[in-house]
Amino acid sequence: MNGAQSFSEGRPRGGRSLWRFLLSELKPKGPLFTVFNLVSVPVMIAAAVILFVRFTHGLSAVTNLSQEVPWGLWKGFNVVTGVAFAGGAYFVTLLVYVLGQKKYHSIVRITVLNGFLAYVFYAGALMLDLGRPWKMLNVVIGNSFGVSSVLFLIAWHFMLYMMAAFLEFSPAIAEWLGMKRLRRALSALTLGAVVFGITLSILHQSGLGALFLMAKGKVHPLWYSEFLPIYFLVSSVFAGLSVVIFEGTLSRRMFAWRMSEQHAAEHDGIVLSLSKICAAVMYAYVFLKVLDVVHGHKLALLGTSMGHWFLLEVVGFVLVPLAFFTEGVRWKSVAACKVGAVLTMIGIVLNRLNVSIIGFEWMQPVRYIPTPYEVVVTLAVILAEIWVLRWVIVRMPVLNDSPAWVREPVRAAEVPEAAPASV
Amino acid sequence: MNRRGFLKTLGLAGATVVCPRTSGAAEPSGGAGEPYGVLVDTTRCVGCNTCTSACAEANGLPEPEDPEAVTRPTTTQWTAIGRYKTSKGEVFAKHQCMHCVSPACHSACLTAAMEKTARGPVVWREDKCMGCRFCMISCPFDGPKFEYSSTNPRIRKCVMCAERIAKGQQPACVDNCPEGALTFGKRNDLLREAHKRIGNAPDQYVDHVYGEREAGGTSWLYLASVGFEEIGFPANVGESSYPMLTAPFLYSVPFVLTLAPTLLTSVARAVRKGEEPHDGEASNPAGGNGSAPAPAGSPGFEEEDAS
Repeated sequence: MNGAQSFSEGRPRGGRSLWRFLLSELKPKGPLFTVFNLVSVPVMIAAAVILFVRFTHGLSAVTNLSQEVPWGLWKGFNVVTGVAFAGGAYFVTLLVYVLGQKKYHSIVRITVLNGFLAYVFYAGALMLDLGRPWKMLNVVIGNSFGVSSVLFLIAWHFMLYMMAAFLEFSPAIAEWLGMKRLRRALSALTLGAVVFGITLSILHQSGLGALFLMAKGKVHPLWYSEFLPIYFLVSSVFAGLSVVIFEGTLSRRMFAWRMSEQHAAEHDGIVLSLSKICAAVMYAYVFLKVLDVVHGHKLALLGTSMGHWFLLEVVGFVLVPLAFFTEGVRWKSVAACKVGAVLTMIGIVLNRLNVSIIGFEWMQPVRYIPTPYEVVVTLAVILAEIWVLRWVIVRMPVLNDSPAWVREPVRAAEVPEAAPASV
Repeated sequence: MNRRGFLKTLGLAGATVVCPRTSGAAEPSGGAGEPYGVLVDTTRCVGCNTCTSACAEANGLPEPEDPEAVTRPTTTQWTAIGRYKTSKGEVFAKHQCMHCVSPACHSACLTAAMEKTARGPVVWREDKCMGCRFCMISCPFDGPKFEYSSTNPRIRKCVMCAERIAKGQQPACVDNCPEGALTFGKRNDLLREAHKRIGNAPDQYVDHVYGEREAGGTSWLYLASVGFEEIGFPANVGESSYPMLTAPFLYSVPFVLTLAPTLLTSVARAVRKGEEPHDGEASNPAGGNGSAPAPAGSPGFEEEDAS
């Protein structure tokens, strides 16, 4: 646990010392000139310049968006794909808090943190794409509710889910600050936040698919289906869990020094269990996809060039990773499962981009291809999220154990203050 | 606040956020009364572009550019005349927003910036729009256009001269058409007129009034001598209204919001029953056992059940 300590309870309470602690935590911990920093900082600076141009000269100055293709990479990748990748948070909290599967407990915090930050950054990237972001308040304050809009539901659910995920993670912040009573109060809210968060996730993960329901005739029929919401919801399960597997592998390399022994020891078992879930859900997903193609009389379309592209997605990046997961689970090969997770993630990127960009207005003579500026901003959003993720992991009990005081019985002196008023 | 109270609060918050939308789903707002429409008889249009000039003047837009080049509406030209080489010679078709009876853009708009007025026009309201362009994704006719090069971009499209209609006037294009190709009136009357024209001259028209049923019906109706896909109209829009495409999803929302928390909470309780009481969140890993035995008096489930 070198380098990081929580704000000790032994210190005198009061604003000043807490302030000093927060200031000291802002300082970087660890080497500054790492490969990641050297790559990410220039990208983020470039993105800041591009965004300056975007807000001073309009979207057309930096993007290739058109009247025919109004949504590009910033929505198709950051929002639609990023939120699917954040699906691990609701599923792992479902396993641990609702179904009582304690073996996943060591990955709850990192997963919830990752999910929360993904929403903040990826859904936040929506603001870059909005033509008139200052009018976003209209959705919140109620002078103008478009209640029959799927996007209205998604906007509200994003905001509420961020709050739920923050509540789920908040005990770790309280532990970091050494605030015992706050931690107890926040912990008491966890199950409520989890239940609320799962409910919201079911609706907005499927809602992202429902966004394209009215684009009937614009989205290629192999991807368009009245069941798009269900496909998006089902695929968010294995998308999210694959990210959990992938991210766990990275954490074990990059943050080994922050990881508790127990967390490290449980890692392989968790990967195998999650892979089993991925495989099961992917079987169901493939079945649903086949059903859609056969039942929707779309078999003939498979012979076209878009059909080959569709087959590449479904065979190459759903069936193949499914085989890796299945065999990985059977032979207890963590490596195979990790390959499966990476292929699955590529498949999700393909699928979401196929619905939102590549298969959208596929018949247009001039196709949308993102500008390098759009790509840089997209990358910068991801990198910025990793920066904040790293900052939190290094300081708060995310991968390592909670401080010892969490498991201590409440001291007699504290009881009168600590007792919740409502009990 | 205990957990039960918290859940109740969340439930209420969720209900207020979601329940009003079910009533609005799939229904056009302000659909009462008999809305107006415009009948376009493409067999009478000679492509003189008087309508495009009149439109620009009435709406304060720049004078239309070369009519040969602009054949579809743009941000600065809300109506344009398409020129089509067809099986029956050159046909001119005026294009603009179709002003759907039940508009996709209205149901797509999360700030209700796109409004279907009771008189028929679909208008865009600047003070509401946040520029998300979901209306453009949803519109089957690609009506809304976005000012990508502006820092304060607007959605631009034909508003059917809603203000002129409110004053009892006709839209500027109808008023100025020298060939009588455009007819303004109540949509029902226009449909009768359209079918009468087809009946009177069955050789001159295809037996189809475009917009009568397309996408659930549009306020602008078209007559033509050739199939409508030949003159730039999408043939794949279907006959049901576009908001109906998302209605089933939206109807499911209150059910999910009611059932999911109920099921999840009861499953969580059932699973925890009989386990040793433990801390709600349980600390991160906690050496040895996944969940540490909680101190007495911790806000755990068992305690709440006992109260």
